[in-house]
Amino acid sequence: MSGGHSTYTPKTGLGRWVDARMPLPRLVYDSFVSYPVPRNLNYAYTFGGILAIMLVAQILTGVVLAMHYTAETTLAFASVEKIMRDVNSGWLLRYLHSNGASFFFIAVYIHIFRGLYYGSYKAPRELLWILGCIIYLLMMATGFMGYVLPWGQMSFWGATVITGFFTAIPLVGDWIQQLLLGGFAVDNPTLNRFFSLHYLLPFMIAGVVVLHVWALHVTGQTNPTGIEVKSKTDTLPFTPYATLKDAFGMLVFLLVFAYFLFYIPNYLGHPDNYIIADPLKTPAHIVPEWYYLPFYAILRAITFSIGPIDSKLGGVLAMFGAIAVLFFVPWLDTSKVRSAVYRPWYKLFFWLFVANALFLGWLGSRPAEGAYVVMSQVSTLYYFGFFFVIMPVLGFIETPRRLPNSITEAVLKKNKMGGAAHLAHAPASPEIKG
Amino acid sequence: MKKILNGLAVAGFVLAGALGAATAQEEHSETEPTHFPIHKPEEQSWSFAGPFGTYNKAQLQRGLKVYKEVCSACHSMELVAFRTLEGLGYSEAQVKALAAEYEATDGPNADGEMFTRPALPSDYFPSPFPNKEAAAAANNGAAPPDFSLIAKARGVERGFPLFVFDIFTQYAEGGPDYIHALLTGYEEEPPAGMEIGEGTYYNPYFIAGKSLAMAPPLSDGQVTYDDGSPETVDQYARDVAAFLMWAAEPHLEARKQTGFSVMAFMILFTGLVYLTKRKVWAGVAH
Amino acid sequence: MSATDTTATEPTRRDFLYVATGMAGVVGVGAVTWPFIDQMRPDASTLALATIEVDVSSLQPGMSLTAKWRGRPVFIRNRTPEEIEAAKAVSLDELKDPVARNANIAGDAPATDLDRSAGEGKENWIVMVGVCTHLGCVPLGQQGDFGGWFCPCHGSHYDTAGRVRKGPAPENLAIPTFQFVSDTTIRIG
Repeated sequence: MSGGHSTYTPKTGLGRWVDARMPLPRLVYDSFVSYPVPRNLNYAYTFGGILAIMLVAQILTGVVLAMHYTAETTLAFASVEKIMRDVNSGWLLRYLHSNGASFFFIAVYIHIFRGLYYGSYKAPRELLWILGCIIYLLMMATGFMGYVLPWGQMSFWGATVITGFFTAIPLVGDWIQQLLLGGFAVDNPTLNRFFSLHYLLPFMIAGVVVLHVWALHVTGQTNPTGIEVKSKTDTLPFTPYATLKDAFGMLVFLLVFAYFLFYIPNYLGHPDNYIIADPLKTPAHIVPEWYYLPFYAILRAITFSIGPIDSKLGGVLAMFGAIAVLFFVPWLDTSKVRSAVYRPWYKLFFWLFVANALFLGWLGSRPAEGAYVVMSQVSTLYYFGFFFVIMPVLGFIETPRRLPNSITEAVLKKNKMGGAAHLAHAPASPEIKG
Repeated sequence: MKKILNGLAVAGFVLAGALGAATAQEEHSETEPTHFPIHKPEEQSWSFAGPFGTYNKAQLQRGLKVYKEVCSACHSMELVAFRTLEGLGYSEAQVKALAAEYEATDGPNADGEMFTRPALPSDYFPSPFPNKEAAAAANNGAAPPDFSLIAKARGVERGFPLFVFDIFTQYAEGGPDYIHALLTGYEEEPPAGMEIGEGTYYNPYFIAGKSLAMAPPLSDGQVTYDDGSPETVDQYARDVAAFLMWAAEPHLEARKQTGFSVMAFMILFTGLVYLTKRKVWAGVAH
Repeated sequence: MSATDTTATEPTRRDFLYVATGMAGVVGVGAVTWPFIDQMRPDASTLALATIEVDVSSLQPGMSLTAKWRGRPVFIRNRTPEEIEAAKAVSLDELKDPVARNANIAGDAPATDLDRSAGEGKENWIVMVGVCTHLGCVPLGQQGDFGGWFCPCHGSHYDTAGRVRKGPAPENLAIPTFQFVSDTTIRIG
């Protein structure tokens, strides 16, 4: 898939037999063993692998939880508690799944920010980026529907509020909402269809992930310099170099995950979701899961009408727009230089964007009143300003720093400053050498 | 350069956070508060806190006694089965005897009638009211919440920056802290001029208002302890809060113990992978 | 390359490191697998219902009832004297399965009528798991060639003591752990 010719040579008769009929081992070898990766990838580039692991972990724990879960409004809450109390290792599997969702999102946010920082979306990787955005959208849908399943207060009212977004659509809004709910309010039909879709969507994510990886292996990775691979000295074989680096990154990530899982498993959740859903009583303070909070803040920041668009529709449009804008990033960025390493101004605005996104997340958890509303509006303005003003304009006015001629040159220069100055040739197959 | 920019970003974030925190403090009225609870619960010391926390079984047994003799008159605990009480240190026979103190509805029998029988360990704590409506009707319109998960279903917001520190201190006892604070918080007098709704009781620790429908449930000496622990409201509140934490999270000890083994193994494995990685990358400029 | 040539001992040290890392990885994967298998075992609420008590006061000789125990039917029959005699008259040589299959007595006890029944003084009572030992169907009572039980799925015939006499079933109907806690109450499990 790397575009270059394959170097796979089956050593056994069986290997040749299979290779002539269905060259799956060749595909694996070319994609995950001999596949060349830039030698200067840092740990920010390990999050793709981490995300793959998290997806697999979520599917495995989810399939197992579904063996014990009952998607029926009078039984759902109790069935989750039965998992927590009676099922062998049930508490572990359930906490793995609920915290796993959070860590999946932590990883995806780092992955997205990495892409924004190093300009990974720029030509020729636009499709790769868009596929990633689709995965992110699917993740949000999956996460939302999964949160409804325990049938706690936040499940119920979160579902009510989020399906309520659709009523903002003129004329057909109510009809669409009833279509989604299967009734006039969130109830048993809603829970059942959400369970069904929550089970389906991860497999769709896995499908898009295959496309995402395919697109990646056609264009190759970017790297911190943003310069395309030019010669063989720029790259190393995926195995063992990237595999081991990814493995180390994964384990450190999983360590943090394990810390939350075993010691503060409810930290990222909300206490109200341990109260069974009550359609007649709204909790004092509804908040979505933390990973939606920035968008929730944007939704609530629109408190005014814009022409014929009232604040309700405006909020929903702004919120969806905040996600939709990601799809257009490859064309909003006009800079000729890819990586923020060589773009001092972009770097500044990027970090401001990160801080702003975190701030928006915090604002999303605050009640929508007083100064919070104003702060949300300012933050929302920066969020969109970053994409619609800073990105396009900066490309024209910014003077980038001098770029190295190649990855190899950049690596050598860095190592000279660090001490070791030679570019040791990567042994072709280091495991044989010992 | 990079450091300066990062510093700028962090500074901006902190400034904005401080600004937000400051605004949250404003508009605080003595007699007409809008944010609850009026006082945040005080952090208590719990045996089950921290990475090596375990339940104090004697305390749980005292807490169960308080629940049985006081709380269970109004509050159900329908997700907790008698059989699980072995986790409090009771023997199988003791659990059987404990369960038999309650009546369970069973049936239908051969004649199609429901009947009651002494509860078995496999049964769950029976509810004091037949349904939620009856519970509400008997309690001034406010149904007493079920207690199975109450220690995880209550938690006063910690606010910035405390919620960041909580990750490192492993603070996960917001529920028991709240229960203890609420049960011991009735003594305070409402500020002069504050209006308290009829049939409700002022409690500045209540999470959803200035007063609640539950009368002060505990008084000194109300429950007899056999182990010489002080028979005070404070001790009762502490014990029942610990018991309710157990009821909400019976596998807490297993979780923390498993966690220790898992973390220890993972640190070792991560170290090995790191050394392997370094070996493989040694001599390769990157 | 230059780094690998500097010390002669390195290959062994490196090999050791690789092997140790690989083994730790295998252990880790194995440990992670366990909860996924463990969760399939019967859970605590299921195990708690492993014992039931059944009131048999209404059973006259010649009457049966079926109780549900661990999700399966248990046949409890108060046998008539004729049924007991018929069962006693069978010699062990005629039996397809000469073992009692009674959880309350020794595992190799012979399938005499006494050892199949509730024991001395309670020989009229027979308590059996009503699941055909062939492939798990529920046999029909007082049918078949031997007046005992007959499994309609694949045609296994059991006699009045629940012993398989004909058909594909390999074993006699299993007798669960049970005891009379009073004259009219049986505790199963």
